[in-house]
This record gives sequence, structure tokens and C-alpha cells, in this order.
Amino acid sequence: MTMIFGVPVQALMGQLLVGLINGSFYALLSLGLAVIFGLLRVINFAHGAQYMLGAFAALLLLTVGGINYWLALLLAPVIVGVFAALVEKTMLSRLYKLDPLYGLLFTFGLALAIEGTFRYFFGASGKPYAPPAQLTGAVNLGFMFLPIYRGWVVVASLAVCIAVWLLIEKTKLGAYLRAATENPTLVQAFGVNVPLLLTLTYALGAGLAGFAGVLAAPVYQVSPLMGSNLIIIVFAVVVVGGMGSILGAIVTGYMLGVVEGLTKVFYPEASNIVIFVIMAIVLILRPAGLFGKDA
Amino acid sequence: MAAKSETVASDHVAAHPRAGQVRLLLVAIALAGLLVAPMFLYPIFLMKLLAFALFASAFNLLLGYTGLLSFGHATFFGGAAYFTAHAVKVWGWSPEAGILLGVAGAAVLGLVMGAIAIRRQGIYFAMITLALSQMFFFFCLQAPFTHGEDGIQSVPRGHLFGLIDLNRPMNMYYFVLAVFVIGLLIIRRFVNSPFGMILKSIRENEQRAISLGYSVQRYKLGAFVMSAALAGLAGGVKALIFQFATLTDVTWQMSGEVILMTLLGGIGTLLGPIVGAGLVVTLQNYLATSDVPVTIITGVVFMVCVLLFRRGLVGEFFATKIGKKLGFRAES
Repeated sequence: MTMIFGVPVQALMGQLLVGLINGSFYALLSLGLAVIFGLLRVINFAHGAQYMLGAFAALLLLTVGGINYWLALLLAPVIVGVFAALVEKTMLSRLYKLDPLYGLLFTFGLALAIEGTFRYFFGASGKPYAPPAQLTGAVNLGFMFLPIYRGWVVVASLAVCIAVWLLIEKTKLGAYLRAATENPTLVQAFGVNVPLLLTLTYALGAGLAGFAGVLAAPVYQVSPLMGSNLIIIVFAVVVVGGMGSILGAIVTGYMLGVVEGLTKVFYPEASNIVIFVIMAIVLILRPAGLFGKDA
Repeated sequence: MAAKSETVASDHVAAHPRAGQVRLLLVAIALAGLLVAPMFLYPIFLMKLLAFALFASAFNLLLGYTGLLSFGHATFFGGAAYFTAHAVKVWGWSPEAGILLGVAGAAVLGLVMGAIAIRRQGIYFAMITLALSQMFFFFCLQAPFTHGEDGIQSVPRGHLFGLIDLNRPMNMYYFVLAVFVIGLLIIRRFVNSPFGMILKSIRENEQRAISLGYSVQRYKLGAFVMSAALAGLAGGVKALIFQFATLTDVTWQMSGEVILMTLLGGIGTLLGPIVGAGLVVTLQNYLATSDVPVTIITGVVFMVCVLLFRRGLVGEFFATKIGKKLGFRAES
């Protein structure tokens, strides 16, 4: 058996893949958080709950409506996005003028309420969601077996991350968005409907979380609390990356996922906390985060 | 939080000249009420209430008077509960020594977490404290002395100063009440000290405080450690009340709960966190037997508080005409 640093190659590659998959979710979620924070100045604590909503939407679409994975991949983020837009329009938008901490507290309450409601109706245990037939099975890469669905998760999340980055950096809508981040009053004066832009942004961020939820449904089980611990890790990812940069959020997400996977190989006891330790070290050495601009 | 004061000249109501005496009378009535309360209510419930009221007051020291939102206070509360429980049960320490160890341990944890977290402000501060406290949770999950999922069980209450048997519920109750009152007096003294005044100035305008020559970071860290130590006092006492220390006390849900208590009662008031803790603990007791999960109610109360009455119940009362006549004033 081939060994690298005293560890079998299979184990190393396996954990690297697990790390990449976790990293895909970190990247998608921290991207959504960064997009929302950039414009709304709100830390969306409900992001984990919205991720869970996406997974549940896919599950319910399948069991109740008989709608398959591929359609759910499109529909579930839209459902989550519409729900988020309603929340933003009716409640969250009242808090923009206040200290940003109120936005954090409000979305924290929202997360508790959503997760509690789902636990009440669906119980705390996880429900399986089968991957689509086209993506089952595995391919032999020579040094390891790659389950096709897991490869798909990495590819799909990478594609969506790049698409969102292009949307924000290269399109007219993205230009409005970036301008509104810099100076909302001026952009409004130019005739852009900034409140609508805010609603769309929140819906986009939440939709990304919903998309991540659908992707996650076949990998992890669908359960009401699947997002609640994840969101804290994603917060740490965001602190490490620095909130200012979209690209930074994506890169940091994948990077920390891989580091976490490698920790599982070399020092499993620390795998739960390695991201938090990295966060602490980054804060000591470079308080603004790896990609952050301001201190 | 840095909500600017909205007082306009026209709605200024001068305090009644004898407002001070009335307030003193109200405090005396409340104390008398607490002294006789165990004759009418279940002592364990009352003690839980007092411990959480002290915990929320300690938290409010940071949020209400320094403007720092910590999302990691469960670390100090639950951590101290573990330290006290371990010292009393495994090392056979006396209860007062065990609690002091809990306080010291919480202060050290506060020093470490605070030193890292104060490097960022506002919303980042909240996220960093949350992440660090999640790290402490995983530490507690794996460290041998906490006994993982089982927690430290059947912690002996022992004899206070070797004399007073705390296994008798009434003795324990009055001990907890004494700790609660002492804790509140410390907070009151701290808030009204020159140190506390500087903290308020940092909350109101950090840049100006810096330009006036105050080393803002040190003051923030001082407040953080103080708040952590007092939260530890509450946690240590809690371990003796329930005679166990578990993972529940170090979860992020617990950090959220103490925020809710403070927000519901009134941020930046001495009375608010106590009222908030009373309401939340009563609500949990009441809901424990129903099948509606507590988190739904907690979440909705959170949302309603943030949307409709950010001053909290006590803060809203202070803002009424009667409250102003009595000379009550919220600090935020």
C-alpha cells in the first residue's frame, strides 16, 4: 500500500474529498453571507435554517409532489428565496437604520423559530434522500474510488460560486449592487430602486443557502438541525476570509474545508476545532482577515 | 447598543423630588419578597431563577454598559459549572472554594476569549465570541474531566464554611440569595465607578475615547473579564443548586438564552435582566410539560422584541411617565 507521511494514500485522498465537499458547503454558505452582508449590513444568522429549508423543500417536493432531484435543484432555492424575500420585506427591512446587531438578533430568532417549527412537525431524526439515478455509483480513479455524487457536489458548487462571482463583478445588476454597497443614497438618486435591490440580494443569499441544502440532502441526512452547527463554522470561515471580498469567501471556504479534512487524517481529535483555532490565529496575526481590507 | 438617546425637551419629565426614597422602598419590598418567597414557591425554581438573573445581569454588564454583544457567554457560565462541580466532587473542596475556583476559571477563559475577540468590533465581535465558545463546547465534549454527554453528576453541596449544611433547601436558598445580592451590588458598584463611566464613553463614541487617551482595548478587556467572572459566579452556584454540570450549559443555545433574557427585560438597565430571566425561566418551566418546542416560542419572542420593543419591558416602563417620575433611566 502506498503511504504519504505515514498515512495510506486511500485514507488521505478520502479525507481530502470529504474536506472538499465540506468546503463546497462552507464556500456556498459564506458566499451567501458575504453577499447579504455586503449590501444589507446584516449578518444572516438564519442562513443555516435557510440551508435546512432548501434540503426539506427538496425532500417534500419529492415525497409529496413527486418532483425529482434536478427540478428540485432549481425549485427549492426559488422557494427559499421567495420566503426570504417575504421576511425581508415585512420585517428585516425595518431594522436597517438601527445598529447591525439587531439584524443579527432578529435573524437568530428567525432561525430558532424555523428550526423549532420543523422539529415539531418532522421530529429531530434525519431523513434519507436518495441521490438521482444518473449520479449513483462510483468511478475508479486508480488511487481511489470516487462516488459520482460527491464529485458532482464539488463541481456544482464551484460552478455556482463562479456564476455568482461573475454576476456581481461583470453584469449591470452586479454593478448596481456594488454601487449600492458603496453609497445607497446616491444610487437611489440615480433612479435605481434600492429597496428592491436589497430584497433581491437577501433572496439571492438565502437562495444560495437553499441550493447548498439541496446539494447536501443526499450526502448528509435531511434534519431540522442540520444547519444550526454548520452556521457557526461558516461564521468562523467568514471571519477568517474577511467579509469584504466575494472571492475571499469562496477561496477560504474550500481551503478551510480541505484543512479540516486533512486534520481528520493526521490529528482526528482536533478536527472539530481546527477551523476555530485557525480563526483565532488569523485574528491575532491579521485582524482584518485574509482577504479583508479594513481593520 | 449604541442607540442614540431620543429625548426631546418637550417629553422630558422631571423626577419627583422624593423619587429616590420611593425607589429605595421598592428595592426593600422586592428583597423582602425574595426573603419570604420560598415559603410559597418551590425553592429549586427560585434558585434557578436567581442564578439565571445573576447570569443575565453579568451579561448585561458587557452589552448594556460597554456595547459589546458576546455570543459566547455560555462558556463562562457552563465552564464555571464544570470547574466548581469537579472541585467539589472530585477534589472534595468546600462549596465556597469550589465557587471561587469557578469564578477564577471563568475569568481566565474570559481573558483568553476577550483578548482575541476585542481585535474586531461590532458584529465581528459577536461572531468571534460565538465561534470561540463553540470551540470550548467541543473541548468539553472531549475532555475527560467533563464526562462528555453524561456530565458531572451528583455533585455534593457540602457545608458552607464548614458550618452551614447546604443540603437543607432553605439554607441553600438563602446562600444563593446572598450570592445574588452580592453579585448585583458588585455590578452596581462597577457600573457607577470611574471605570464604568469610561466604558459608557467607549460605547457611545469609541473614536473619541481613543482620542482622549484611553486605551480602549484594555478597558474593553477589563469589562469582558469582569462580566465573564460574574457569569462564572452564576454558573458555579448553578452547579451546586442542581448538583450537576452538563454540556447544555456550554452550548450556543445557552448563550442565546441569556441574550434573550437581557433583551426581553431591557438592555442597559439593572433591573431588566432580572425581570427577563424571571420571565424566560418561568416560561421554560411552563412549557416543559407542553409539546410545543421551547425554541419556537423563544425564536418568536426574539423577533417580536427586536421588531417592536427594543428597550425591553423594563426599558419601556422606564420610558413611561410613571417611570420618569420615579427617576428611572435606562443606560442605552
